[in-house]
Amino acid sequence: MVNVLVCIKRVPDTSESVLLTDDAMAVDGRHVGYTVSPHELCAVELAVQAAADGGTAGVVSVGSGDAVEQLRDALAVGVQHAVLVEADDAAFGPADVAAALAEVVEAGTPDGTPYDLVLLGNDAADTGDFQVGIRLAYALGRPVVSGVSTIAVSDGVVQTTGAGPAGTEVFEVPLPAVVTVMEGGVAPRYPSVMGRVKAKKAEIDTRTPSVTPRGNGRVRLKLPPEQPSQVVVLGEGAAAAPALVDLFETMGVLTK
Amino acid sequence: MAVETDETGIALTSLETLTLARELAEPAGVPLHALLFATTEPPTEQMLGQLGEQGVATVYITAEPRLAAYAAAAWASAAVQVAQAVSARVVVASGTPRGGELLAHISARLDVAMAANVTAIEGLAPFTVTRQVMGGSVLEEMRLADSPAVFTVAGHACEATPAAAVSTPVVTPYRPTVEDADLVARVVRTEAGEQDHSAALSAARVVVAAGRGANGPDGFKSLLELTDLLGGALGVSRVVTSLGWRPHHEQVGQTGVRVAPDLYVACGISGAIQHWAGMSSSKTIVAVNTDPDAPMVTRAHYAVIGDLHEIVPAVNDEIRRRGH
Ligand SMILES: Cc1cc2nc3c(=O)[nH]c(=O)nc-3n(C[C@H](O)[C@H](O)[C@H](O)COP(=O)(O)OP(=O)(O)OC[C@H]3O[C@@H](n4cnc5c(N)ncnc54)[C@H](O)[C@@H]3O)c2cc1C
Ligand SMILES: Nc1ncnc2c1ncn2[C@@H]1O[C@H](COP(=O)(O)O)[C@@H](O)[C@H]1O
Repeated sequence: MVNVLVCIKRVPDTSESVLLTDDAMAVDGRHVGYTVSPHELCAVELAVQAAADGGTAGVVSVGSGDAVEQLRDALAVGVQHAVLVEADDAAFGPADVAAALAEVVEAGTPDGTPYDLVLLGNDAADTGDFQVGIRLAYALGRPVVSGVSTIAVSDGVVQTTGAGPAGTEVFEVPLPAVVTVMEGGVAPRYPSVMGRVKAKKAEIDTRTPSVTPRGNGRVRLKLPPEQPSQVVVLGEGAAAAPALVDLFETMGVLTK
Repeated sequence: MAVETDETGIALTSLETLTLARELAEPAGVPLHALLFATTEPPTEQMLGQLGEQGVATVYITAEPRLAAYAAAAWASAAVQVAQAVSARVVVASGTPRGGELLAHISARLDVAMAANVTAIEGLAPFTVTRQVMGGSVLEEMRLADSPAVFTVAGHACEATPAAAVSTPVVTPYRPTVEDADLVARVVRTEAGEQDHSAALSAARVVVAAGRGANGPDGFKSLLELTDLLGGALGVSRVVTSLGWRPHHEQVGQTGVRVAPDLYVACGISGAIQHWAGMSSSKTIVAVNTDPDAPMVTRAHYAVIGDLHEIVPAVNDEIRRRGH
């Protein structure tokens, strides 16, 4: 039986083109939806599975009040309680987020028992800092395993598997511990109708962090130069096959 | 600079990172030190040659058997000890999973900021970098005010070029102090498995990729045939793995594998920025798509408009007809 806390971040879901705000300090989110990274969706799934035998699974996000939407999505798939740490995204850097998360971990579950396991994504989909989980582990003085795809908890030990340069790497780490997750080991479940109803009514525990932010060093955002379309259309349908095979021949990719 | 090795010697991404690090060190008149975690075997002549071509002055090798199994905290502790011994002003690694993990540990231990996936150095005072965010679809100019400046270099963001003057690196074994607490999270065993395929995918010269347009798990027969005829590897979009049509290790993109083949044939893939993030370094991109306005089509070098289930079999037939 374990208490798990999973950390998620609300990020813009831009699939086609990205627009920046006028001051170039943020992605313009007015015309896009919001989501969380697939890594974090897998972390939520792993948390729910790990807590299924009578443990608890909580979720936390540091950011604007809008992140309640993402917290409710996690509640809808089986997470039991949610914490929103209200903070100004723009002023916070990865060390600040880790410090704010550490306060939540140290406070423990709603009934005051400690969190045994903290799950995060390996990297956030927007800032991609690749470090919040590791900084959190140092702030808490706990061991950390990064980039894992599966976890199994038994007898106070978390066993993880993840891809390494020479094969699947297995770690066995005593709890309490921090683990960062990469997509691929589990399929995140879809919310049931009941789950959605429950999530909608759930209370969100909103807190203010006592972190003096150091910031994130952002000077400005810029878009990579857009290449003008130079596509050569070889043709339509099956009739274009010879033209495509000509291209393969010219490129020398047909070996025989 | 923490260096990674693979079957080619020094990994290509590490050579790229060394080039960027040298371009920083040379004008400043400071030496470039490389750190190799080579506990079982010393670096080969070939590796030393590659490091010399990059102008490396000293190669530190961690001669400590307790670092044989990968333990990020202990490796980072060793790297910090070397960095402090040489008073490093900049600590870098490539933006691989290992490189990013190691540097995140180092920056947490030193309590300094870290920038992930840097593509260029903008200025030294203040130390300012450009880095990839949002999977590479947006660039961020970021200030690194702390010392040492810690950052990873995005893969294939800059080219590995040899130094004007080749050096003869001095090999220095280094025995760091290792704390038991830093060995708690370490690899207890490695199993042969799935990632072997993703390594093959990321190194493939030709990638045939398919998305929702494949229409289902049975829609891959002709695509796999084409992959075979081109001697390439199959890649897929996230829609394909989410729907369980193909395994996750075949996924290309921001949360999947990054590829940089000579030829990328994208069939029935719309070209969402998160997919583009994983294959934009491909030399030649061919799109096969029913929609002439799909981003993959407009950003490709070549396109064939139409149903992949008609086009791909016709291409396979044509390749065989020509006797390839
Ligand atoms: C944080 C984050 C991370 C992500 N990471 C990844 C990632 O790593 N990799 C990834 O791929 N995605 C990723 N995604 C998802 C991404 O945004 C897109 O949803 C996904 O890439 C779309 O897949 P698709 O192109 O196969 O499907 P669609 O967008 O549905 O496109 C299907 C395309 O196929 C064409 N088509 C349909 N039928 C046919 C046919 N018979 N013949 C030819 N063409 C046809 C259509 O015209 C269309 O262009 C991520 C998303 C987020 C938010
Ligand atoms: N503002 C946040 N709130 C909650 N969790 C976060 C936040 N930012 C980052 N994380 C977690 O830390 C992981 C790594 O983020 P990063 O280091 O920013 O790439 C993410 O995948 C999240 O799980």
